[in-house]
Order: sequence, then structure tokens, then C-alpha cells
Amino acid sequence: MKADRVAAIVGVAESDLGITPGKTVLQLQGQAAKAALDEAGLSKTDVDALFTAGNWSWSPPMLLAEYLGIQPKYTDGTNVGGSSFEFHVGHAVAGIQAGLFDVALITYGSTQRSDRSRNRPVTTARLTEQFELPYGLPMPVGAYALAATRHMYQYGTTSEQLAEIAVATRKWAMLNEKAMMRTPIAIDDVLNSRWIAEPLHLLDCCLVTDGGGAVVITSARRAADTRKAPIWILGHGQTHTHNSITNMPDLTMTGAVQSGRDAFGMAGVTHDELDVVEVYDSFTITVLLTLEALGFCKPGEGGAFVSGQRTAPGGTFPLNTNGGGLSYCHPGMYGIFLLIEATRQLRGECGPRQIPDARLALAHGTGGVLSSSATVILGRD
Amino acid sequence: MADQIPLPVPDGDSQPFWEGIGRRELLIQRCDVCQRYVFYPRSHCPHCFADSLSWVQATGEGTIYSYTVIHQAYGPFAGDVPFVVALIELQEGVRMMSRIAGSPPEAVRIGAPVQVVFEKINDELTLPYFALTESGA
Repeated sequence: MKADRVAAIVGVAESDLGITPGKTVLQLQGQAAKAALDEAGLSKTDVDALFTAGNWSWSPPMLLAEYLGIQPKYTDGTNVGGSSFEFHVGHAVAGIQAGLFDVALITYGSTQRSDRSRNRPVTTARLTEQFELPYGLPMPVGAYALAATRHMYQYGTTSEQLAEIAVATRKWAMLNEKAMMRTPIAIDDVLNSRWIAEPLHLLDCCLVTDGGGAVVITSARRAADTRKAPIWILGHGQTHTHNSITNMPDLTMTGAVQSGRDAFGMAGVTHDELDVVEVYDSFTITVLLTLEALGFCKPGEGGAFVSGQRTAPGGTFPLNTNGGGLSYCHPGMYGIFLLIEATRQLRGECGPRQIPDARLALAHGTGGVLSSSATVILGRD
Repeated sequence: MADQIPLPVPDGDSQPFWEGIGRRELLIQRCDVCQRYVFYPRSHCPHCFADSLSWVQATGEGTIYSYTVIHQAYGPFAGDVPFVVALIELQEGVRMMSRIAGSPPEAVRIGAPVQVVFEKINDELTLPYFALTESGA
């Protein structure tokens, strides 16, 4: 491991998850931010950089900062979908490295489930959306279905192989008391669940929940006296390759090729050294494409890689150990929860789902329609 | 109106495209400098960054790059299920999203040859859909 210790995650927390009627996105973020700062032994007056992403305000960072009573000297509202928070981590490390601030607070909150705010009809199609919206592709599931069809055509990937991912992820959720879906499922349950957009069934799709989270990052200097042991950010990488699915260069290959290469290179670690992997699972196909693009297996071999419940508890490749967006929670932009779980695994806080002696973890966010990719590699002392 | 298909708003890039659709012509752009075809329309070539592109009529022939059969849809599309949305690779090498019209979903395959058809949705809107051609059907 060659990486310099520049910045570390020192606090993580979820807000209430699942269904949170009566709560606002601001309340959820306040709740998570307070809990994450508390466990770090920091207070909001220590926060000098604020990062958030959402579509609940024309300027989420300004509204959230005002609500929490924070006047940051650095702010970042980068919104590239569900991976935004892995992008924020990279930006926070860069800012700390440049000496611009010491304590970064990253938050997310959503009440999409209680609001029933998904799939509200729109009546006009502007800018480049006019070449897609009129055809009625349900988003984002339809776009991921297009990628799945192509992967199956090109490599012979099967629905059974995609179902392996949903089943293994559910087994992890059964070990997480915060997970929303905890009854066991079998491969046939996935295959027999109704079609949403072929070749994706209902159980190939993530949940729709409320929820929020927060992550506190600080400099190596400040991390010396925080309450929790620092979880070092050893490497990070990011890119986005397209906005709409029509313009994805190759439907079977995501930008994780680049973000992963950059993150592994910066961290100076190899795939074999990782103890636990958390990748965005908006849909089963997202996981399969990401594992291939990150180089855990070759292009086209993802189906074989996940077969035989290799990614389940007790398997050789522990993946999405909190139960993922498929079974734990998915409040629209899930990426912050990847960071929270990876941090807890490295601290040894995960109880029945703990990976013994986990020292190195990878978190990878995917946003939009396989559009944005960001990889973060974390490690403990 | 909630049940209205999202209506394309022709703009400085797209107006000639929609005017072409009105004449039952599928127009795409070609870069005057690097000669590569471009879709969706824009003011700068995404390949060589030249700011000079010309409209040309596409053959309207292509193949299916990928597709999905939609079983759950919302708003104005809810009543259409099941329907097929596809990405079409035009003979000119550019990709478009569209629907496959006139064939049962089971007949659709990646690689199948298709030809543009002009589907009148309502008085305000005609869309370029694609149909499997003889050899592909």
C-alpha cells in the first residue's frame, strides 16, 4: 500500500430508513449529520466544507447549510446521480490535500417513497430529452434493461445469473436488522417475479424507500484525535461517459474501467488484497457490469463470477454486505450508503454480517443510466 | 394534461429534424470537416469539435443494437404495454432510441434489420418508429 494518508472517514450514520412519513429531507439529513458528527467527536462548528446532492431544491447546498446553521468555506453540490457521494469523497480529499478545509460533511436525504414522487408525468421534452422521452422508456429501469439485453446477447449471460445477485444480496440483508426486505428468496422467486422491463424482473430491481445518510471526512491531522479510528481514503477515481443511454459508448462497459483503474493506482493495492466490496446495485445488471468493468473478472465473465452464491455470506467474494439497494434501502441516490457500510466493515462494527478482520474495502457508485462512475478505496491502520 | 406524450420542443439544434419528420424524412447531421455522421443534432461535432455540420437525409435503414419489452409504464404510456423500445444503429453509424412497430415483441432480436416508419401519434406529433424489414421479420 503506497497511498499517503491525507484524509479519513471519521463519522458515518444513517437517518431513519424505509418509510418515514411526516419527515422532510432536511430533517433526515440533520438527523444523520448529527449522528455522524457525534460519533466522530466533532460538532457542526467544526464543519468547514459541505457536500450534498439532491433535487429537492434549486440549490441543495445552500438550503441545507442554512437549515443546519453552517457557513462553509467550501461547498460542492455535484449531482451526477446515485454516485454523487463517491464523487464528493474525491473532491473532499482533493480540497483537504490542498489545505482548503479540515472537516467535510457529506449528506443525503430523500422522502421519495412517502412523497410518491417517482414517475410523475411530464408534458414536454426539452433539449436532448426530446429524442428519448416520447418513446416511453421507463427510467431508469428501461435503460438498464437495454444494457442487460445487450450483455446477454454478447456474452450469453442468463437471467439465472442475474438472479444469483439478488438472492445473495437478500442473504446479507437477513443479517442486517436495518434492512427492509429480510425474508429469504430463491433464484426461482426472482425468475417468477413479474416483468418490469425485459430482461429485468421485479426482484432484479432496487427498492424504493425513504432515507438519508451522512459521512464526515477530516484531514490526517484532525483525524489523530477523533473519537473513532480513522478509515483512510487510499484511492479514488471518477468519470462520466454519457448522459442518456442511447449515447453510452458500449452498453456492456461502464466508466468504472477508468474510475477503478485510477482508484487502484492511487491506493497502490490489488484486487486480491480487498476484503469487502460494496458496489451500487440499482439493478442486478448494474452489479454484474460493475464487477467486470472494475476488473474483478473479464468482460463477459460476470455471470460465471457471481454464480454459485459466491457473493453471499460465507462465499469467497463478500459483496454488498448491508443487503444493498436491492434489499436494505434505496432512497433514490444510494451511493452514500456504500461508504457507510464499507466504513463500518473496516471498523469491525457489523455484528453477524462482519467480514472477519476486514482491512481494505472498495465502494463504487454508479449514477444516472450507467452514466457516472466513482470508485473509493478505503483502509484502516 | 397528464396523459399527453411528452411533446418535443423544437429548438436551435432540433428544428430541422422535426421539420423533416413532418415531411416523412429522417434527417441527421454530417460534419463538414471530419465527415462523420452525428445524431442527436448539435452545433459542434462531438468528434472533431468543428462548428460546421450539414443536414443529410438518412437511408432510414439500420439494425437493432439492443431492445427491451416494457411491461410496466406510467402516464400516457401505461396503456401501451407490452411495447418494445429499442436502440437502432442506423446504416450511417449513429444510434437512435425508438420503438419497434408492427411486430409482436417475441419477433424482435438484436441485429435484426429495420426500416424507419413515420407514426402519427396525434395532430401535433409524428415520431420515427422502426419496423422489422422482410429479412428480419
